[in-house]
Amino acid sequence: MTDHPLHYAAASGVFSLSWLLIVLPLAGAAVLLLGGRRTDRVGHIVGTIAAASSFVLGVVLFAALLGRDGDDRALSQHLFSWIPVNGFQVDAGLLVDQLSIVFVLLITGVGTLIHIYSIGYMAHDPARRKFFAHMNLFLASMLLLVLGNNFLSLYAGWELVGLSSYLLIKFWEDRPAAATAANKAFYMNRVGDVGLALAIMFMFATVGSTGFADVFGAAAGGVIGYGTVTAIALLLLLGACGKSGQFPLQAWLPDAMEGPTPISALIHAATMVTAGVYLIVRAAPIFNETQAARTVVVIIGAITILLGCVIGCAYDDIKKVLAYSTVSQIGYMFLAVGLGPAGYALGIMHLLAHGFFKAGLFLGAGSVIHAMDDDQDMRRYGGLWRYMPITWVTFGLGYLAIIGFPGLSGFFTKDRIIETAFDKGGTSGYLLGAIALLGAGITAFYMTRLFLMTFHGKARWSSEDPEGSQGQPVRHPHESSASMTGPMIVLAIGSTFAGGLFVLGHSLQDWLEPVAGEGVEGVHTFSPLVLTLLTLVVTIGGFAAAYLRYQLRPVESVAPADSEVTLVTVAARHDLFANTFNETVAMRPGQYLTRFLVWLDLVGVDGLVRGGAAGIGGLSGRMRRLQTGFVRSYALSMLGGAVLVVGALLLVRAG
Amino acid sequence: MNTVPWLTILLLVPAVGALVVACLPRRLGTLAKQLTLGITLAVLVLAVLATVAYDPKRAGFQFHQSYDWISTFGIHYSVGADGISLVLMLLAALLVPVVVLASWDEADGGDTADGTSAGPGGAAAAGGPGGPGGPGGPGGPGGSAALAGTGGEAVGGGGTAVLVAAPPAVPPAAVPPAATVSAQGVQARSRRSVPAFFALLLALETGMIGVFAATDVFLFYVFFEAMLIPMYFLIGSYGPVKEQAQRSYAAVKFLIYSLFGGLLMLAAVIGLYVVSAQHLDHGTFDFATLRQLDITPGVQKLLFLGFFVAFAIKAPLFPFHTWLPDAGAQAPTGGAVLLVGVLDKVGTFGLIRYCIPLFPDAADYFAPMVLGLAVVGIFYGALLAIGQRDMKRLVSYTSLAHFGFIALGIFAFTSQAGTGAVLYMVNHGLSTGLLFLVVGFLVTRRGTRDVGAYGGLAKVTPVLAGVFLIAGLSSLALPGTNSFVSEFLVLVGTFTVNKPLAIVATCGIVLAAIYVLYLYQRTMTGPVTRAENRALPDLGLREKLVVAPLVALIIGLGVYPKPIIDIIRPSVTATYADIGKSDPAPTHPVAAHPAAQPGGHS
Amino acid sequence: MNPANYLILAALLFTIGTVGVLVRRNAIVVFMSIELMLNAVNLTLVTFSRIQGTLDGQIMAFFVMVVAAAEVVIGLAIILSIFRTRRSASVDDVNLLKY
Repeated sequence: MTDHPLHYAAASGVFSLSWLLIVLPLAGAAVLLLGGRRTDRVGHIVGTIAAASSFVLGVVLFAALLGRDGDDRALSQHLFSWIPVNGFQVDAGLLVDQLSIVFVLLITGVGTLIHIYSIGYMAHDPARRKFFAHMNLFLASMLLLVLGNNFLSLYAGWELVGLSSYLLIKFWEDRPAAATAANKAFYMNRVGDVGLALAIMFMFATVGSTGFADVFGAAAGGVIGYGTVTAIALLLLLGACGKSGQFPLQAWLPDAMEGPTPISALIHAATMVTAGVYLIVRAAPIFNETQAARTVVVIIGAITILLGCVIGCAYDDIKKVLAYSTVSQIGYMFLAVGLGPAGYALGIMHLLAHGFFKAGLFLGAGSVIHAMDDDQDMRRYGGLWRYMPITWVTFGLGYLAIIGFPGLSGFFTKDRIIETAFDKGGTSGYLLGAIALLGAGITAFYMTRLFLMTFHGKARWSSEDPEGSQGQPVRHPHESSASMTGPMIVLAIGSTFAGGLFVLGHSLQDWLEPVAGEGVEGVHTFSPLVLTLLTLVVTIGGFAAAYLRYQLRPVESVAPADSEVTLVTVAARHDLFANTFNETVAMRPGQYLTRFLVWLDLVGVDGLVRGGAAGIGGLSGRMRRLQTGFVRSYALSMLGGAVLVVGALLLVRAG
Repeated sequence: MNTVPWLTILLLVPAVGALVVACLPRRLGTLAKQLTLGITLAVLVLAVLATVAYDPKRAGFQFHQSYDWISTFGIHYSVGADGISLVLMLLAALLVPVVVLASWDEADGGDTADGTSAGPGGAAAAGGPGGPGGPGGPGGPGGSAALAGTGGEAVGGGGTAVLVAAPPAVPPAAVPPAATVSAQGVQARSRRSVPAFFALLLALETGMIGVFAATDVFLFYVFFEAMLIPMYFLIGSYGPVKEQAQRSYAAVKFLIYSLFGGLLMLAAVIGLYVVSAQHLDHGTFDFATLRQLDITPGVQKLLFLGFFVAFAIKAPLFPFHTWLPDAGAQAPTGGAVLLVGVLDKVGTFGLIRYCIPLFPDAADYFAPMVLGLAVVGIFYGALLAIGQRDMKRLVSYTSLAHFGFIALGIFAFTSQAGTGAVLYMVNHGLSTGLLFLVVGFLVTRRGTRDVGAYGGLAKVTPVLAGVFLIAGLSSLALPGTNSFVSEFLVLVGTFTVNKPLAIVATCGIVLAAIYVLYLYQRTMTGPVTRAENRALPDLGLREKLVVAPLVALIIGLGVYPKPIIDIIRPSVTATYADIGKSDPAPTHPVAAHPAAQPGGHS
Repeated sequence: MNPANYLILAALLFTIGTVGVLVRRNAIVVFMSIELMLNAVNLTLVTFSRIQGTLDGQIMAFFVMVVAAAEVVIGLAIILSIFRTRRSASVDDVNLLKY
């Protein structure tokens, strides 16, 4: 029994309105879904207004939070009693603190931009209203995830974002591939959810509560045994891996690109897939207690960085490359938060910066895809910078940000992660640092490859009529409408300056300190300057390699066959056989088991029943034969019966 | 004491209604429908009023009434409600009007009205006099009327037998021997009595309410068996028109399975009487008296098994389940909803109401076995559901998995798991009921239960697809839907006492996602591959009215389940406290967590 | 006279009747054997009535007689109708009601 140090003040004033953050987009979704076709014409407006009003409220809350004392910025609001059963008391409650407000701003901000973008992107889709309804539903779910003040509310948001993601991946559900991808995403997320659910049960069994304050108080107080804390942390990690597409549950994320591109930007790049990082940072008091679990986080992060980078180099589908880039960037975040107190804030910082530049990149990609008549193969792009200047510039800024061009977001956030990895010290520190550094190089390579193949080089399409196109696809690229370029410009500005803003005077780290703990300035393995230069060199190396290969030499408009490329490329093209592995280990045996059980149920279990019935029927058939129709045999059996009865009576008398 | 005899009224209204509706002539089908709807709605209102009058804070049975029935054997007409039975009665009272409305056009065999595959042979078969269900089945008199009409509708007698509901669209003389589609529909309809169908529904409602209300073990047994009869006829006489052999097979299988269990229970009931006669100076069937008895463990085990097998068949638990897929597939949609939604709950209700308080030692002794069966059922049901092609069978198998969760919760012996299990019973009735309804809508439209006949319907019938998805999500226990609350309570309650089992059971939620979404994928997504599916109508107003209350409750109870929990929790807690089980304390409790006070976290 | 002798006689008659029912094929003879058994029982009843000094047994004997008379009427009618259709009075020829 400890009196835990964590204390959340009760929400009052403007903070008592924080539930509106969730309810506004939820209401938007409800209106659009229940309103049916009547709301078709205003669907996008209602949806965007709902998102924007939530953003405005978020900004107001943020401002109000700024106005409070540094250590009094965590406000908890009790809404109603959700599941009260004796010792198990779960309330629906919200927590507005430094961490959640940052996420609120990211989610509603980027969310609103993408709503605006979608007005243009989905303009010709007959189901645009449904799209906005689902987007609003996603915003509400995601806000519930980050705002819940207990793990069960978080879990509710966690699964609901899974639902929204499912709904939006299969948005074009008449495409079998989209439907399959959506199902795959949901299944793999559910595997992760099992981990999160079990972690919550562990918490309740151990602490008797699922509230953040109680659990973290107990964890920080050190009263929970090391084994239990590690188990909880690892189960949380399983959940995080599922949601964030980390190894070994990464295979769903690239498939999720079947969804409309704005969805890829919002859900599968900027917000939902980073929920795993949020979870780990939120549960920092738990992870702080267990070195073992943190090590696992770091290992998963490192593996995923490389995995994402390597596969990203091999794909020609622009969205898949970006998807694997997301996988690997989230790997960086995991690596950072796995480093413990030194890295929590860095992870969040990279997450926010990534939210900007990756969302921008995806929107840019969407703009390109739109211009190229929904063709996503980069091998049939090329030379587009001339035709879509705004897309080119905004995409370019995002690209520079992700590879860590000095002064742009990625430069500040990713370099710090690499630096901290080295600072961990020891062999593991060197190893992690090296992996992160290598990752940066490969990132520069594949992003440069993507950028050059799309915007530069010779056009591998033709604007001529089919006769004059010489077998090349006919395209008429054009710049996108203002509702699409507007958000791209805003996000490009964000990608450019966000990182610097966060680092400036340690602003973000200081802001997050009450949640993430104090970032200890450890002993530097390398001096920051040396490391920055080293990173730059590696990045330039990656850039140069891509430049030599994809700018100075012509790009084939058809990918070389598997026999002509190296084994690594072949493996990368097959997602490093992750799908094959899943299919062989889980899916096929599952199918066989299912078939076997169906057979068993029919023949075995029901067979027993029907066999019993048949047995009785058969026996009756035999017994029937006794009924011969001869009166005298009946008389004899009657006599026998009478004798038996009399005999029995006599026996009883005698006995 | 309450002065209003709520439960007796709740029993009398549908019982009298059943008699009245049964006496209506066949041609007054519409009146029968309207009357039944009115009666069932009245029952619903009464049940809601009773719930309002119920005081969850008071222990023991409320609205208790007891009159001598067969005094020689100490049998009473004795009814009462506690939190557990009250919510289940409420569920029954809610589902019956929904089912009545859903069966509006189905009772007369409308599901083959499209006649897609029935040729002239089909018409002849439909006109055949064979009484489908058994003696007294409504097939009797109608059969001859339909026979008269087989040769052509021109024969006056056949024409008048046609129901009021059936449109007199076909000019009598114009029907060629190879009857047109609509004539087939008319013929198929005419041999089924609509008033009888609704009378059976009302009789079933009486039985369902009675079985939950009874506080006399013998009375419970009587209702337990009495429920079978209307359900038997619902399956046997009102199942798919074209599958006569299968539906009588299913009906008989259902009846024999249930009777077998029922007889074992009867033996145990009599055994209980004998034991009570030994302990007291007179034998009794009174539940409240019986639970005070101190029965020797050996006898307890035997009696427990008698009750348990009956309930395990009824619920059903693995491996007593094979009647359910057949019955679920062959029952008319409304019947299936009530069968899985309420009737099967009698099994799980019996487990927590009778098996545990009456035989605490035996319950303790057999708990590992039951828990094992439950977990096996969760996986077995889920895997089999994944492997099904028949949509109604699929939904039936998902129920097997859900009943696994319920049994798990009941026999974990913690108030969380127990409350979760009872809540699960209600939620399962809502979500699986809705799932069955939606599947029924699909089957009515297309006349086949085969998954392969569908595909891409989300584009054709978006509202139907949306409702289908909501029902499915509730079935896979997504947070925000009702089932999540109950499933999580069951799991967390089990976890505090038996970690390995809870961990294994939790993995079952992945399979739940697979069977639901895989079904959705096969029926609703992808391109529309079959021409018949291109013009399927979306949900009509009546169908929307049917699903609306269920959808609202699914989401409402997911967000704010407290009212229901508050009714259930005291009764469940008392049940477990009675047999000396209490929740384990957390291993490292946080400072003085005020359990009952909301907002426990500071 | 010792009443036991009547009982012995009754037992003998009953046995003769039983054997007659079992071994004879002619329906009329079987019928007569049954009558023999019934009257053996009547004799027993009357004897016991005498031994007990009550009238119950005699009343029962009258009942049996009435029933026997009714039975003879129906039985002979059946035998007659069988004989008409089958041209035979053998009970073994009448085995349609089987299985």
